[in-house]
Amino acid sequence: MITAEFDYQRVSSVADAVAALQAGGEDAKLLAGGHSLVPLMKLRLAAPSRLIDISGVPGLAGIERDGAQWRIGALTPHARLAASDVGLLNRVAATIADPQVRNRGTIGGSLAHGDPASDLPAAVLALDGSVVAHGPDGERTIAASAFFSDYMETALAPDEMLCEVRVPAMDGYGFGYEKFHRRAEDWAVVAVAAAVKVLDGACVDVRVALTNMASTPLRAGAVEAALRGQPATAEAVAAAAQRAAEGTDPPADLDADADYKCHLARVLCERALVAALAPA
Amino acid sequence: MSGSVTVHLTVNGVEHELEVEPRRLLVHALRDDLGLTGTHVGCDTSNCGACTVHLNGDAVKSCTILAVQAEGSAVTTIEGLGGEGNLHPLQEAFWNDHGLQCGYCTPGMIMASAALLAENAHPSEAEVRHALDGNLCRCTGYHNIVKAVLSAAEAGAGAPVAS
Repeated sequence: MITAEFDYQRVSSVADAVAALQAGGEDAKLLAGGHSLVPLMKLRLAAPSRLIDISGVPGLAGIERDGAQWRIGALTPHARLAASDVGLLNRVAATIADPQVRNRGTIGGSLAHGDPASDLPAAVLALDGSVVAHGPDGERTIAASAFFSDYMETALAPDEMLCEVRVPAMDGYGFGYEKFHRRAEDWAVVAVAAAVKVLDGACVDVRVALTNMASTPLRAGAVEAALRGQPATAEAVAAAAQRAAEGTDPPADLDADADYKCHLARVLCERALVAALAPA
Repeated sequence: MSGSVTVHLTVNGVEHELEVEPRRLLVHALRDDLGLTGTHVGCDTSNCGACTVHLNGDAVKSCTILAVQAEGSAVTTIEGLGGEGNLHPLQEAFWNDHGLQCGYCTPGMIMASAALLAENAHPSEAEVRHALDGNLCRCTGYHNIVKAVLSAAEAGAGAPVAS
């Protein structure tokens, strides 16, 4: 399959990318690894008039510990994130698609694409992460909780570029990510990300987020509230996980109807919490 | 709109300069412009892995990469791994262990396996199966493919691939 025609422009700085976005109008798109965009273009579900290739912009691929947080360059491929020490995100990145895709797909591309069935959006949301975007007026930081606005829509303006992802280091937390999909490399039918901190046998902090249970990734607030302060036991986890589908609105699709997705959310939530509580 | 773009590629150690439309996929540049038809187009939707090549040493799906994105890169295809009279240990092993039936997925299977062995010279069976998540075979059912990768590893196929 061949994409529609487009103009191709390679840029070598963030400023040039932003200028190219402004000049290119709303049909211009940034191209990094291209593993979300190019398949859509081949299916003619997307037909941008101009692709601005940012893959050669220096300094945007890398992972750095900065005090109590991780700073992850937007061009960091999933394979590199999977091999890193970034809590939860390393575990999640290792489950994305297959090795070939993980070598090309980038964290910035995955978040900017805003697909609720992708793995990294819910994980960054669970960690209360943020993204740094550059636009004509300079840079701004957008909290993950304010970033995913609707199905494949984000808070990024048409002339803004996502340059960095920041997540707290989460020292002392345990993590789990449980995904149900039909084939090894498929998108999640449903997945659940969990981060839990245990102190003196009690769950002192609980973060849970859901993949593909609505038009955006969601926090499972009811589960978090139910488990926070409770003993770190199988019983407490099982009871809290029963609330995983509260407040969700999963669309029925070819893979599953809404009831089944709610069931999956509860089962996967329990497994993710159990994994998060397992000794490291 | 579009026009053509000059792309410089080093494919199997040979430098090439191509004039391509921006929408030309890397797999078509390899097959149709350079005549390297060992790389196959299977599903054309990033699922099946028949188009797997190495881009600067990493296994990638060449149906999901624009040729212009590979500017300045080193590409290794199945032809660069070995040929008649000079088979790579993975090619030998797929032959010996009958790791193929129709052969369509084989170049991609071998390139994905070569990338695995370059990182992990002695993988477990589970690691081989996991590393081939992105490669589909519709004939053999994988058993002999996994067997071939394991016997190639035993024969020392884990040496880095020249590109």
